[in-house]
Amino acid sequence: MVGLDRKRPESAALEPRIRAAGPPWLDRIRADALDRFAGLGFPTTHDEEWKYTNVAPITRLALDPALRVPAAVELSAPGSLPKGVRLCSLAEAFRAEPDLLEEHLARHAGFERHAFVALNTAFLEDGVLLHIPDGVVVEQPLQLLFAAAANGRPTVSHPRVLVVAGRGSQATVIESYRGADGSVYFTNAVTEVVLGEGALLDYTRLVTESDRAFHFGALHVRQGRSSSFTSHSVTLGGGLVRNEVGAVLAGEGAECALNGLYAARGRQHIDNYTTIDHARPHSTSHELYKGILDGHAQAVFHGRIIVRREAQKTDAIQRNKNLLLSEDAVVNTKPQLEIYADDVRCTHGATVGQVDADALFYLRSRGIAQAQARHLLTCAFAGEMIDRLKVEALRGLLAETLAGRLEAERGGGG
Amino acid sequence: MLEITNLHAKVGEKEILKGIELTVNAGEVHAIMGPNGSGKSTLAQVLAGRDTYEVTAGQVLYDGKDLLDMSPEERACEGVFLAFQYPVEIPGVSNLYFLKTALNAARKHRGQEDLDAVDFLALVQDKTKLLGMSEALLSRPVNEGFSGGEKKRNEIVQMAVLEPRLAILDETDSGLDIDAMKAVAAGINALRSPERAIVVVTHYQRLLDYVVPDYVHVMSDGRIVRSGGKELALELEEQGYGWLGQEAA
Repeated sequence: MVGLDRKRPESAALEPRIRAAGPPWLDRIRADALDRFAGLGFPTTHDEEWKYTNVAPITRLALDPALRVPAAVELSAPGSLPKGVRLCSLAEAFRAEPDLLEEHLARHAGFERHAFVALNTAFLEDGVLLHIPDGVVVEQPLQLLFAAAANGRPTVSHPRVLVVAGRGSQATVIESYRGADGSVYFTNAVTEVVLGEGALLDYTRLVTESDRAFHFGALHVRQGRSSSFTSHSVTLGGGLVRNEVGAVLAGEGAECALNGLYAARGRQHIDNYTTIDHARPHSTSHELYKGILDGHAQAVFHGRIIVRREAQKTDAIQRNKNLLLSEDAVVNTKPQLEIYADDVRCTHGATVGQVDADALFYLRSRGIAQAQARHLLTCAFAGEMIDRLKVEALRGLLAETLAGRLEAERGGGG
Repeated sequence: MLEITNLHAKVGEKEILKGIELTVNAGEVHAIMGPNGSGKSTLAQVLAGRDTYEVTAGQVLYDGKDLLDMSPEERACEGVFLAFQYPVEIPGVSNLYFLKTALNAARKHRGQEDLDAVDFLALVQDKTKLLGMSEALLSRPVNEGFSGGEKKRNEIVQMAVLEPRLAILDETDSGLDIDAMKAVAAGINALRSPERAIVVVTHYQRLLDYVVPDYVHVMSDGRIVRSGGKELALELEEQGYGWLGQEAA
């Protein structure tokens, strides 16, 4: 058992795993991360960045490390990846692409100030590498599935993903996190993405964890010149969820679009914390997060945009829209703009509201029952985000999953 | 079909309807005219069941049943239709899906099966053509980005698909050019039948050149102050509504 008490990770249990086989540079990073975690401890609501999200329930859990299952990388459509694309476990990647890993792994998701990233890094031993060489276009979407299976006792796992997209490459990736209904576990996932010049990546993180599960997920992206990154952060499941997206627009003319959709019911708590760092001129960011809250659910949106002094001609738009379906649901939304350049366009806006009364009456006046009309309008609100997903099969699946969850709540959940 | 007796309604503390008396029989077309603020649109909204208005007195019988006791959706399923003065935009819901959901709700209410997709599409295309509305608008979200005229045509397409027994048209003519006006009038006239009644709420006489009413009523300050035949509309066209104030004085 590994107790995850604040400032007291039981290193006795950790140490043997830290000493697991790996290159020396990684051992050093893991040891640093462990020290750092011991120094930081779990965040509390006294930390400004965690003001509305209390992670104490995680720290109180007695968590067994999840049975170490080596990342199994099997293609559902074998042999169909373009030549040169490597999709493999990190264990294999340490052998096959040691230089690439040393250059990128644990270099983009900083753990100096992030306890959960530090914890993930301390435990880093396996995960997934996706390497798309320069100029290669991967037509079909790739899905990375992380399934948690808690076997009686609550478990913890620390999935790690590294995506290196070469110059001018293109790909669509879906990271999917799920677990058995009602099971209790903690998923602490970190993904690092590096985009070379002109690379184009569409990245979906789909969190449909058990409603009693804890999920922390960090997605850290570094974008090269004229690259384009689109993320879709979709959270439908999980008891306590914190998604962090950090994009560094490190090359001129880089574009990023951060889309988010969260739907919470019962006592779910979903926190989205995003940081977009405009480091170079002529970069663009478009951010839209939409949330639907029912029951006693709570959501947090914190959108930080940094425009560095040299990042002239930055164009940044941030919006957060929330639909409250019950009187007990709560949303905290907070934009945080730090602008150090003078020739930029940055706008932000947030809304929190109910289903539009005029639209509701209009539908009812055409014979559509009130509950159905509300449902229709709620799904339509989410539809804007679902329509943005690139993979058609996923659009259909999510629309259905979401409609089902919203109906279940209306049907007397709570 | 529709019997309104001593209907009073207010919004907030402001009384808007102050004792409406109106009887509409099947097969008839009634026009309700009057200056802005006379309560015409409020009457239309109250009949459709808008809850921002509070009915404080009076009775409305629809086929002998208490209309005010029904929810908006029940009224619609029973055959009451309101063409909105300001049709609402509904992003994310396609016009076609909306129409299908509405039609099937009414069919279910009548104990009928859902219309199958092919028959439904044929029906909608037929009505769209009749109203001269672009078929492309069917797959667009309800009224979103529609021009004023397109929105009004869309109301009449909905009416044509739902085939109500009592249609109330609230200023459907406002903001229409002459072609759109003729198309909308054709849609309304196509619905005229001995089993149905139509109430046209309008500020101007214009539409009544194309949809000829059996009765014309003039509303002022929350009441119907004059009723007559279609010639009353022409009289109003010549004289305007200025005389209303004098008559009351």
